[in-house]
Amino acid sequence: MNLWLVLTVNSITLGGLLFLLSAGFSLIFGLMRIPNLTHGSFFMLGAYFGVSFVLWFHIDFWLASLLAALLVAALGGTIERLVLRRLAGSEQAQVLVTLGISFMVADLCLMEWTGDPISIDAPDALRGAAHVFGLAFSAYRLAIILIALLIAALLWALLDRTRLGAMIRAGVDDPEMARVCGVRVSQLFTVVFCLGAGLAGFAGMMGAPIFSVYPGLDSDMLPLALVVVILGGTGSLLGSLVGSFVIGFLYNFGQALLPELAYFVLFLPMVLILVARPQGLFGRRAP
Amino acid sequence: MRRLAIAIAVFVLATVPFWVSGSFYVNVASQILIGAIFALSLNLLVGYAGLISLGHAALLGVAAYGVAIILNAGFGHVAAIIIALAATVAVTAIFAILALRTTGIGFIMITLALGQILWGLAYRWIDLTNGDNGLSASSRPAPLGISLASANAFYEATLVVFLLAVFAMAALIQSPFGASLRGTRDQPRRMTALGYDVWTIRFLTCLYSGFWSGVAGILFLYYNEFVSPHAMALSASAEVLLMVISGGSGTLLGPIAGAALVVIMKNVASAYIERWNFALGTIFVVIVLFMPEGIVPGTVRLARRLWALRKRTDIPVAESGQ
Repeated sequence: MNLWLVLTVNSITLGGLLFLLSAGFSLIFGLMRIPNLTHGSFFMLGAYFGVSFVLWFHIDFWLASLLAALLVAALGGTIERLVLRRLAGSEQAQVLVTLGISFMVADLCLMEWTGDPISIDAPDALRGAAHVFGLAFSAYRLAIILIALLIAALLWALLDRTRLGAMIRAGVDDPEMARVCGVRVSQLFTVVFCLGAGLAGFAGMMGAPIFSVYPGLDSDMLPLALVVVILGGTGSLLGSLVGSFVIGFLYNFGQALLPELAYFVLFLPMVLILVARPQGLFGRRAP
Repeated sequence: MRRLAIAIAVFVLATVPFWVSGSFYVNVASQILIGAIFALSLNLLVGYAGLISLGHAALLGVAAYGVAIILNAGFGHVAAIIIALAATVAVTAIFAILALRTTGIGFIMITLALGQILWGLAYRWIDLTNGDNGLSASSRPAPLGISLASANAFYEATLVVFLLAVFAMAALIQSPFGASLRGTRDQPRRMTALGYDVWTIRFLTCLYSGFWSGVAGILFLYYNEFVSPHAMALSASAEVLLMVISGGSGTLLGPIAGAALVVIMKNVASAYIERWNFALGTIFVVIVLFMPEGIVPGTVRLARRLWALRKRTDIPVAESGQ
């Protein structure tokens, strides 16, 4: 198979995973103004939980990933309720606490799952190649792309078509005014935080057959999520989607064509966007 | 009284090698001083400019790699140090120009991303940096003909630089420029209205901070005689930020205490506690929740409350006096 085609498929796959990771990050960032530096840890935890369910309890891959997502969502909600809630408005404290928690999570994972990478096979049905237009693609990668697009559509429907979504959008745009209008913004915070954490956990498990799971996965993914959000604009679903695929392509093509400067290629467009449009491609100018 | 306290503190610091047994602890003390210089440089941004940088380890890394690369190319220490410092300040200027387009969370995110770029370069640009294996530079300079090869000599030299750094920080903070800097932190709009160029004040502060980060980086290289991409990783930037915030940002003593806490935890406690990373994370969460202003101001506040036994004044130490 053609190298370019492989790179393209890999790029879109990574873009899909990044979207799952960064959509929640972007919402948390946009709605709550919390720079949630535990988001990479949520990704890693989701992967470890899911992999353990499959390998230890022989649970079905998809059920395991859902369970992992729910567990991570519950954990995220707990952290938000118990810790972050007390620190509203203080970025410095939020940065410190989320970093502290990510250190703790990383160390606990190292203790529980040791330093060896854990790899896992894709589910049986998707193991092999899928033939599209006479070309063979990894079926699992295609499935990830479909799942990411499906979740993007669901998130869009949630945000754009439901009452909850309208409240979240109101909260992103103007939290004080939303409060005045009777929206319980603090409950929204918990809902959004759980949603974001759960999506990150789910993304972790989806990525596990591709990346495998290893200590340091959290700090590998966090900067990518950051770049996506800076590129796309905070609080914007479309921004996360576009940003994810841009970064997916830059990352894979950069790694393949300019391995020495891969990170430079990755972060350069972000820098250019910031210079031209500090609020990101689809972000709104801060009031 | 104040001068006496400073004199005693300097005396105690200078005699550390004599009352501490073994070069291991002297080396720990050197690490604390290097960490403290680094934390003080970041504190200038975090505490006095209100700008949180999560890419500061990259600046330290630029200086450390700079010295290592130039030394390995066959140049002397003086050339290496000067070029490394100039390179660090130049990189800081680029960082500042990009990151100062925003403040608040935006500043954090941009510095983080820029730091990752440099980390990525150090990690991947193998021809220049030797990648993950790092670069070693196995010679320390000998200022005035005094060899710094021994732990004690290196500690004393580091102490001199450390005192210079503290003095330089104090001088800046107490100067009119320092006052205007605190103004841009608390009331940027009013400062603009008063005719101050907020951007330039912040930019110059970034350069000053970058310079001292470079100094810390050079000491870091000479201490370890080695540098690898780990020195520039996000966790390193996080660590120095934790030093600043845990000790108490916006004070001179805070970052020093924070550096001592982190380095001691890392070197000493890790011998007894297996999971020191976990302990470190826990300590920081606890500090944020129960002593949000940091250890030094927090302790001062508690001490004052005990001392006076009256209703506590609501003026944070950071703002009332330097």
